[in-house]
Amino acid sequence: MTTNTTAAYQNSFLREVEAHVEEGAWVKMCMQCGVCAGSCPFGPHWEHSPQKIFMMIRAGKREEVLRSDSMWMCTSCYNCLVRCPRKLPITHIMHGLAHYAHRLGLAPKGQPTRESARLFWNNCIKHGRINELKFTLALYFKDGLAQGIKNALAMQGIGLAMLKAKRLNPFAIFGGHQCKDKSGIQKIVAKARELEAKRQEQAA
Amino acid sequence: MKEYAFYPGCSSQKGDSADNFLRSIDVVCKKLDIKLNEIPDWNCCGASIAYGEGGELPRLALGARNLALTEEKLPGQDMVSVCPACWLANRETVERLHQQPQLHTDVNLALAEAGLNYKGTAKPRHFIEVLVEDIGWESMKAPVVKSLEGIKIAGYVGCQTNRPFGMMGESFENPVYLDNMINMVGAEAVPYDQKVTCCGGALAFSEPDKAQKQIRDIVESAYDHGAEMIVTPCQLCQANVEVYQSEINKKQGTQFNMPVVYYTQLMSVAYGGSAKDAGLDGQVIKAAKLESIAMK
Repeated sequence: MTTNTTAAYQNSFLREVEAHVEEGAWVKMCMQCGVCAGSCPFGPHWEHSPQKIFMMIRAGKREEVLRSDSMWMCTSCYNCLVRCPRKLPITHIMHGLAHYAHRLGLAPKGQPTRESARLFWNNCIKHGRINELKFTLALYFKDGLAQGIKNALAMQGIGLAMLKAKRLNPFAIFGGHQCKDKSGIQKIVAKARELEAKRQEQAA
Repeated sequence: MKEYAFYPGCSSQKGDSADNFLRSIDVVCKKLDIKLNEIPDWNCCGASIAYGEGGELPRLALGARNLALTEEKLPGQDMVSVCPACWLANRETVERLHQQPQLHTDVNLALAEAGLNYKGTAKPRHFIEVLVEDIGWESMKAPVVKSLEGIKIAGYVGCQTNRPFGMMGESFENPVYLDNMINMVGAEAVPYDQKVTCCGGALAFSEPDKAQKQIRDIVESAYDHGAEMIVTPCQLCQANVEVYQSEINKKQGTQFNMPVVYYTQLMSVAYGGSAKDAGLDGQVIKAAKLESIAMK
């Protein structure tokens, strides 16, 4: 009886978050005041506010948290972070949870910000710098050719206006701005990934 | 002359979405005797969305590469950014690696793959800090030859220039440096309630309707408070708030046509620069009033 009662309090998910999620050790400091929830510009669109996510972590709701699309609604405005009376780095914890859910393959499939984050990072590592044209086209065409043409047509007014303002270079499709030491950058990132994986294993 | 290591960031490159920003910065630097030395082979900071795929260590390593290059190639020079997302990423990297020595060690193991090492001496700063702290308000005002008198402007600070680090110790809820810059060039900064509202940031691409609701609030409030123009220090704010007005008009029947320019474009015109020098040919919504002053 005693064992069963205490088992409910031995929250392995909170410990998992503390060990594996960027800045996750802060989660237990949340005092549930709700300032973050009220400060978020995308507040009306989340399923769970940061306040709720933190309580759900403490309640051991692993699946619900990691499958939530709430973390992917973060615009990185840092309102929650500067207003938190307990000084939790809420923005970073949300980013950390999003990345952790993505890495485990639990983040919602096809979630648009998850998809755009993946395209952005890959574009950045490939060239060393963001190729804005290729990034935009990759976003338009992420759901296939037909949808891509539809998206591009819907946005053609904006595209043409940017071309006219010389803030979009059509020739960037053939390369555009990039770093000289691309292979060095790719080696740095590969090594960092390897070290991070090792660190995660040790924490397990 | 004051010299700095310069980290321009991706969007400010020629032919990219903030191409005109950098042109106006050139005018300001020439007038104020500032020399920006581009960091050789700098890379993208990963911006605010790098966390998704990049995680913690690869993201920080990407930032540390730029810091290491600054220390090696431009020793002793502060690392200056004009983009708030770049500045934020650089500051965050410095802070995190300082707080967690294990991360610093790991980052250097990764950097060693490309023959680099981050010591922890590079100091990332924002161009506005350089203007206010190193140049000062009086010297910044001295080259003004054309007053922008009569233009009512909503100073839109947005998020990342303001949070989480802030500038010159100013308030997160109501910073005034941008208003002071507007007033410095002779224009009138109008008070309005969306000065530090989020434009949706990178989610303007992935969640367009939600972001456009934010943009509508910002532009509408600027109109309601009598502004004729919005001024911002941020590339993403500029692009989002300017470029999507036509989409909002199309979808929601508004009639927005509010120019959105950078603070350095105001300064360029006030310093006597031509419309082209100030990058006004790069506006999607023409800043007609500013252009006519530039042509005077």
